[in-house]
Amino acid sequence: MGDGPPSIWEWIGRNWDTGRVDSISNLLTDHLTMSLVPIVLALVLALPLGLACVRWRWLYQPTSGFMNVVYALPSLPVFMLLISVTGLSQTTVIIPLTFYGMAVLIPAVVDGLNSVPDHVRQSAVAMGFTPLRRLLQVELPIAVPVVLAGMRVVAVSSISLVSVGALIGQGGLGGLFTRAYQNPFMPPVIVGIVLIVALALVADGLLVLAQRLLTPWVRARKGTAS
Amino acid sequence: MNWLTSFFAWLVEFFGNGDNWAGSGGIPARLLEHLEFSALALLLAVLIAVPLGLVIGHTGRGEVLVVISANLARALPTLGLLVMFVLLLGTASIWPVIIPLVLLSVPPILVNTYEGVKGVDPELRDAAYGMGLRGGQVLGRVLVPVALPLILLGCRLSAIQVVATTTVASYTGLGGLGRYVIDGFATKDYASVVGGSVLIVLFALVVQVLFALAQRVAVSPGVSQRSKVR
Repeated sequence: MGDGPPSIWEWIGRNWDTGRVDSISNLLTDHLTMSLVPIVLALVLALPLGLACVRWRWLYQPTSGFMNVVYALPSLPVFMLLISVTGLSQTTVIIPLTFYGMAVLIPAVVDGLNSVPDHVRQSAVAMGFTPLRRLLQVELPIAVPVVLAGMRVVAVSSISLVSVGALIGQGGLGGLFTRAYQNPFMPPVIVGIVLIVALALVADGLLVLAQRLLTPWVRARKGTAS
Repeated sequence: MNWLTSFFAWLVEFFGNGDNWAGSGGIPARLLEHLEFSALALLLAVLIAVPLGLVIGHTGRGEVLVVISANLARALPTLGLLVMFVLLLGTASIWPVIIPLVLLSVPPILVNTYEGVKGVDPELRDAAYGMGLRGGQVLGRVLVPVALPLILLGCRLSAIQVVATTTVASYTGLGGLGRYVIDGFATKDYASVVGGSVLIVLFALVVQVLFALAQRVAVSPGVSQRSKVR
């Protein structure tokens, strides 16, 4: 088209699917992988660890202390230190993000399980629930709102944090920011920020939806009260 | 174990090099820069967020602002924001970099200050009014001391954020310890990358310890329940 710089829509159209590694659609896929894997891994690891901390109370203090320290570590130097172990791969971004997620989710799991009222637990015992069934059918469902609140924090911050990985060449949509800086040009920055915030909003919305589906009694109770 | 030996070799190379300790690019100078930028951003964030959080928590007006800012700050990518401000405002001064640093560190302090004031027991607030204290006095003598643990938690979370973002900001030309990491990575000088990373991690840990200490010193013993209230 004309001689001036391309409009943002033109730029998107030209770079969406060029078949190269740095096309927007490829960066989007990478971004999703590097943020979703840590979110899921953090939950999978935090559940048993949180359960262990509730079962053996002395474990909680050292675990949460360690996780607080981990959470305070800036991501960029951690990526850099991991490069010598895992190379310039997606794993280098995924491992630290998983730990940050666990730092939020372990306390959430512990608080969630502690929020189960004592009389509910005793009722379950009196009804003859085995410890495993009590955990799966009574305690975990009651813990869902607190755990999912933690998941929302983890999902949104993981999705935005992936972009720092661009500084080691593994940042998903963050690659748009480094490209825009090296070759001063605004459209990639805007597209990157908008797509990342949009991804975060979608993830947040899905988790809110999951909470509604997993805790139907919350709405049922409200319904009878009104 | 190969990576571990090279890791220590890089550390020795970085910290053993006398050139790395002197001049404007030396470790003491870079450390001071990192401290300056982080402290400046955190100070500005505290000056904006604490009064705003106190007022919103006390009056209950503008609560939507707190929720939106908290969610937005988490979702906004720091690197994108930094690049955007630098492209918009140029690199003539440090402000194009400091502004996003402040923007991102306001919400944690704002949210926690607000929650802290909001969470003060209403009976305590009524008792203060009943004793004849006026609005401003209630805020200063009762609400702030009781909310202090949460306000300090907000500052601690912001400090984590600021130290990390200052590191990333080196990519857009800001000085500080991030320079070793960014420049070292660009020139494949891994001694500089590893040494710089270790310095930043240590810096972040020291900041956390200082905040833990500040919490012990500043929070009234009655509030933190270190001494039983009778």
